[in-house]
Amino acid sequence: MAELRDMVEKVRAKNAGPFWITVDVFCGSQEAFDWISAALDTGAVAALFDTPAQTLKRFDIADLHVIKISFPRAAVQGAPDDRDMHGASFAAILGELRIGD
Amino acid sequence: MTRVLIPTGALGLGWDQAALDRGIANGPDLIAIDGGSTDSGPSYLGRGVSKYARASTKREWGLLIDAQRQAGVPLVIGTAGTCGAGSAVDWLLDITQEILAETGQSARIAVLKSDQPAVRVKAALAIGRVTPLSPAPDISDAVLDSCTNIVALAGAEQINAALATGADIVIAGRTTDTAIIAALPLANGNHAGGAWHGAKIGECGALCATHPQSGVLQIDFDATGFTVTPLADLARATPHTVSAHMLYENADPFILHEPGGHLDVTGAIYTALDDRSSVRVEGSEWVPSDRYTVKLEGARSAGFQTVVMALVRDRHYVTHVDAWCRSIETAFRAKAQDRLGLGPNDYRLELRVIGRDATMGPLETATATATATEVGVMGLVTANTAARANELGKMLNPYLLHHPLTPEEEVPTFAFPFSPAEIDRGEIFEFCLNHVMTLDSPMDAFDLHVHEVDHG
Repeated sequence: MAELRDMVEKVRAKNAGPFWITVDVFCGSQEAFDWISAALDTGAVAALFDTPAQTLKRFDIADLHVIKISFPRAAVQGAPDDRDMHGASFAAILGELRIGD
Repeated sequence: MTRVLIPTGALGLGWDQAALDRGIANGPDLIAIDGGSTDSGPSYLGRGVSKYARASTKREWGLLIDAQRQAGVPLVIGTAGTCGAGSAVDWLLDITQEILAETGQSARIAVLKSDQPAVRVKAALAIGRVTPLSPAPDISDAVLDSCTNIVALAGAEQINAALATGADIVIAGRTTDTAIIAALPLANGNHAGGAWHGAKIGECGALCATHPQSGVLQIDFDATGFTVTPLADLARATPHTVSAHMLYENADPFILHEPGGHLDVTGAIYTALDDRSSVRVEGSEWVPSDRYTVKLEGARSAGFQTVVMALVRDRHYVTHVDAWCRSIETAFRAKAQDRLGLGPNDYRLELRVIGRDATMGPLETATATATATEVGVMGLVTANTAARANELGKMLNPYLLHHPLTPEEEVPTFAFPFSPAEIDRGEIFEFCLNHVMTLDSPMDAFDLHVHEVDHG
C-alpha cells in the first residue's frame, strides 16, 4: 500500500461549474497509468468523496496518462455549507488515498 | 482562414506585452478575451459586480483598446465584469467610455446583455421550456422571483449578431467561455468542430501551453481544423499540453455542450508542427441539437452572515477542541432560544476548526498523529437579517473568548485577532439554477444595443 500522490506526477481538482468537482490524476508514464488504472477502485473513490458510485464519472485517458474523476458537489459552490469555493482541496484527499495490496 | 488573438485567460490576469505586440503584428481578424466565470462564487452574480479592482480593469482594458486600434479589428469581451449581469456590463461600458474620452478616441460599441427577467423564465418554465441539468436544484416561480440576477449564457449566434453591427468593441454579458472565440470562425464558414474545439483550447489563453502565465495565444481556424500557437518567447504548445486542456474545469473531457449543439473531441488528432511551438488539431466534431437551448445561471440571497474567529493556543484546549465546540454550541443555542426566542431552524451556526478539518469537513481522512500547536475556531452565523446575524455573533463572542471545558476551572481566555471579534459579511448569495431554456430564435432572450462614441 502506498499513497496515490507518491506514484503520480500531479493530482489536481477544480470546480467544473458550480455544481460539479473534477479531479485529474496525471500519472506521468504509461507504466504508472496502467498500474493505477487497474488498482484504483472506483467504489473506493466514491466512498472517499461520499458520492454515489453511479453519479461519479470516471475517464481513464490512456493518451494523456490521466485518470479523470468528476462528481456532483455535495455543497453547491458558495452555498453556506460549502467549505472550498474553488474545489481545489479535493485533490489532497484523493492524493492521500492508499492503493494497491 | 480566421485568426483570433487571445491576450490572456481573463481580463485582470495580465499578459506578456511583447507577445501581444507580436500577435498584433501577425494580423489577427479578432481580439477576444474572457471577462469572468462562476468560479469566484455566487456573490458576484448575486450582487451584479466585478471581482477585480476598477483601476486594474481600466489599465488592462485600455491596453486592449490600444491593441484594437493598432490591429484595426474588433475587440470582444465575454462575461464582462466577472458575472456578466447587466450592472457589470454597464460598469465596463462606463470604463470604456471613460478611456475613450480621456484619449479622445471614437468607437462603435456593441453591448450585448444576457439578463433574464424572472417573468420570462417563469413563462418558459410554465410551458416546459426550462429543463434541469444534472444535478439541478428544485425551482419554482418563487425561486425565480427570489433571484437578484438571472443570466443566460450566450453562444456564437449572439456574438455574431453583435459583430454584425460593425462594432469596434463588443461588450457582452454572460456568454459561454468559448462563444467569443468560436463565433467569427463559424461566421466565416470554418470547420464547426474545429471552431468550438479551438475556442475551448484557447479560452484560458496560454494555459494550454508551457509558460501559461505569458497569456497570449493565437489560433488559426480553417476548413479542416485549427492551429494553436502561444506567442511568448519561451512558450510552447505540445500535443500533450493542448489535449490536456480539455480536462480543465470540465466534468467530461470529450464533450462540451454549447447553445445549439455539442462538441465531441473523441476523434480529435493533435499533431506537433515543425516550428516546435504550434499544434495542429483536426477531427473534432460539432453535433447540432434539435432544440436551441441556452444555459441559465441565477443567484439569490442566502441570508446575512457574521463571522467570529478565535485562536486556541492552550494545549489542553487544542486537544479537546471538539468537546469544546460541542459545549459552546449547546450553550449558545440555549441562550439564543432564551434571549431571542430563536430555535435551531431560525438561524444557522457552524463552528469550523481550522488546523483540523475546516477544509474537508466530514470527508477529512487524516487522523492527527500529533497535537497541533494551535487551532482556529471559525464561528459562522447565518440569519435572515443583518441585524439578527450581528446580534447572534455578539452572543457567540463571549463563548469563543471564555468558555471553560469544565465548570470548576478558572475562566480561560482565548486569542481574538481583532476588536470587535465579529465580522459582518453582509448579505451572502447562493447559485440556484442549473437549467437550460429553449429559445425559438437565439436573439429572443438577449438585448443588443449600439453606442456610438464620437470624440472627433
